[in-house]
Amino acid sequence: MIEIDLDKSELRALNAKLHSLDGKTGEKSFKVVNPNGKHNIAVGVDGELDITIEGHAGHYVGGMNKHANITVTGNSGAGLAENIMSGVVRVKGNASQYTGATGRGGLVVVEGDAAARCGISMKGVDIVVGGNVGHMCAFLGQSGNVVVCGDAGDALGDSIFELNLFVQGNVKSLGTDCEEKEMDAEKLAILTQLLDQAKIKADPKKFKVYGPGRNLYNFKVDNAVL
Amino acid sequence: MSEPTDKAQLGEYEEHPELQESATWSRQTIKEIQRAATEGIYSIRGGGAKRKVPHFDDLLFLGSSMSRYPLEGYRETCDTDVKLGTRFAKKPLHLDIPITIAGMSFGALSAQAKDALGQAAAAMNTTTTTGDGGMTQEERASSKTLVLQMLPSRYGMNPDDLRAADAIEVVCGQGAKPGGGGMLLGQKISDRVAQMRTLPKGIDQRSACRHPDWTGPDDLEIKIAEIREITDWEKPIYVKVGATRTKYDVQLAVKAGADVIVVDGMQGGTAATQDVFMEHVGLPTLPAVRIAVEALQEMGMHRKVQLIVSGGIRNGADVAKCMALGADAVSIGMAALYALGCNSPKYDAEYRKMGSAAGYYDAYHVGQCPAGITTQDPELAKRFDAKLGGRRVENLLKTMILEAQTLARACGKSHLHNLEPEDLVALTMEAAAMAKVPLAGTDWYPGKGSF
Repeated sequence: MIEIDLDKSELRALNAKLHSLDGKTGEKSFKVVNPNGKHNIAVGVDGELDITIEGHAGHYVGGMNKHANITVTGNSGAGLAENIMSGVVRVKGNASQYTGATGRGGLVVVEGDAAARCGISMKGVDIVVGGNVGHMCAFLGQSGNVVVCGDAGDALGDSIFELNLFVQGNVKSLGTDCEEKEMDAEKLAILTQLLDQAKIKADPKKFKVYGPGRNLYNFKVDNAVL
Repeated sequence: MSEPTDKAQLGEYEEHPELQESATWSRQTIKEIQRAATEGIYSIRGGGAKRKVPHFDDLLFLGSSMSRYPLEGYRETCDTDVKLGTRFAKKPLHLDIPITIAGMSFGALSAQAKDALGQAAAAMNTTTTTGDGGMTQEERASSKTLVLQMLPSRYGMNPDDLRAADAIEVVCGQGAKPGGGGMLLGQKISDRVAQMRTLPKGIDQRSACRHPDWTGPDDLEIKIAEIREITDWEKPIYVKVGATRTKYDVQLAVKAGADVIVVDGMQGGTAATQDVFMEHVGLPTLPAVRIAVEALQEMGMHRKVQLIVSGGIRNGADVAKCMALGADAVSIGMAALYALGCNSPKYDAEYRKMGSAAGYYDAYHVGQCPAGITTQDPELAKRFDAKLGGRRVENLLKTMILEAQTLARACGKSHLHNLEPEDLVALTMEAAAMAKVPLAGTDWYPGKGSF
């Protein structure tokens, strides 16, 4: 375990160090102390590393992650694990808005609450939130799954494409072209597996699932051509 | 509503010189009203604004006679190189010419057309740019220096491509549709395009109009820092804006940490958007250049943060005029497409079958481009010869440079960057006011002095 103190070490040096490792050989485990809300910690990591950030992290922590297992013990700022490709990014506290934005793979876990636009424009990532999510969760999302163990705010799943939104609590309102779907065996299996992977305790049978109405997929324009 | 110029599209509305046509209710206007009444939806097309706006044609160079000393046309040095990204990037770009190829997506264009643009740019040691579909292997392979766009949709975005790019352009707006996202209709969403964009095949895709993970310039500053961290501070980072509130957009882009700012005027092209958007939103390129340069000068950042101007750049005169107004480089999109063979008379019969004609074709969104350029149909794309297309764009770039050098030498300048506003006059009051250069024959422009 290598400890890096962000009070003493430059962020740029930390990220450059992490970029130089693939996790297969050499150093593998890192503990980052005194993050003090700094932005862009452990972004662009491309290796099987275990990184624990002790405290609160700012915007984009774990951004574009590949393969690494990153944990923030406190809260995180906006754009947690944005465009994540693979690996796991976990926040033990709460996360600000745009959690997992545009993520293409991997798993993002927020043990507390996630703010607005959680999973915005997501493209394949799985997101599990232990608490509540704010408004416009998964706005314009294209692919992947979101699990919300608490409540969802306004306009859940606005303008989504092919993704599943599992919510245990109340949904304040559904967004445009989002509707409740039948929780079939396939969806239940996805949910059960995600809760298990995220190590979040909840009863999958208590969830409802929402998905695309598919009414916005094509313009009503058979003759919009000049 | 377009100007009544595209007569080939007027169909049954014939020319009648003996009758008086209404200026308000022109045939074009009536045709559009009747189209709207039939279809019940706005018209979507490609290209850019068709309306006439003050443009670089309204400016002239003064050249030299006695008071200025010209350089010999073909012999004396007139350099054309430009460095982009000198502010923060560890690896700034050093291009031989100040004309770059603008972002056009794989999806909007065939892979072959993207390949041709890459070849031309590589041959001239300039850049080509990805688009809203992400980076294709073909264009990375054919482009010596490739700019990766980071757009609101983030289709195909991934850290490997960020690291493989030579520069990164954060697109906040586009001249053809500032405030609007992209559009790619179902006909062009092939298996490969759908896969690159993580979308179901055949849907009508609207890309987002604003970025998903930042709001406003304070966040953009952090976002740019994130991209720099991911790429270890190597790559120049551009911010592209559509010309609208240009002074503030440019100054905020500087504040957010841009190395290079791209300002795209309203004549800039697009693969598809609403006609009403192209014709009624944005600033023409001409005033945008001057506003952007003054915004940089006000911050003491002119030439430190480089300015690339695009939107209706057609020839070497446009290039030289942009540079004289203070741009560091220009970017071409539509001109490159026409050089590739778009709108060639060779395909007139096929354009006519689609209700258009050579010289008028702008239905890029339909994906049936007979020249094989704005299509994803493999049969049509096969018609396009990437090697020949690349050569043609290379020739256009060479010609534009020779023309720009000709004008610069006539003004006594040994580098295109030495051109200055004092080398220009305007032919119209509007152009004089917008470019802030004197109306020809006077020492005055509107807004200067007491008028």
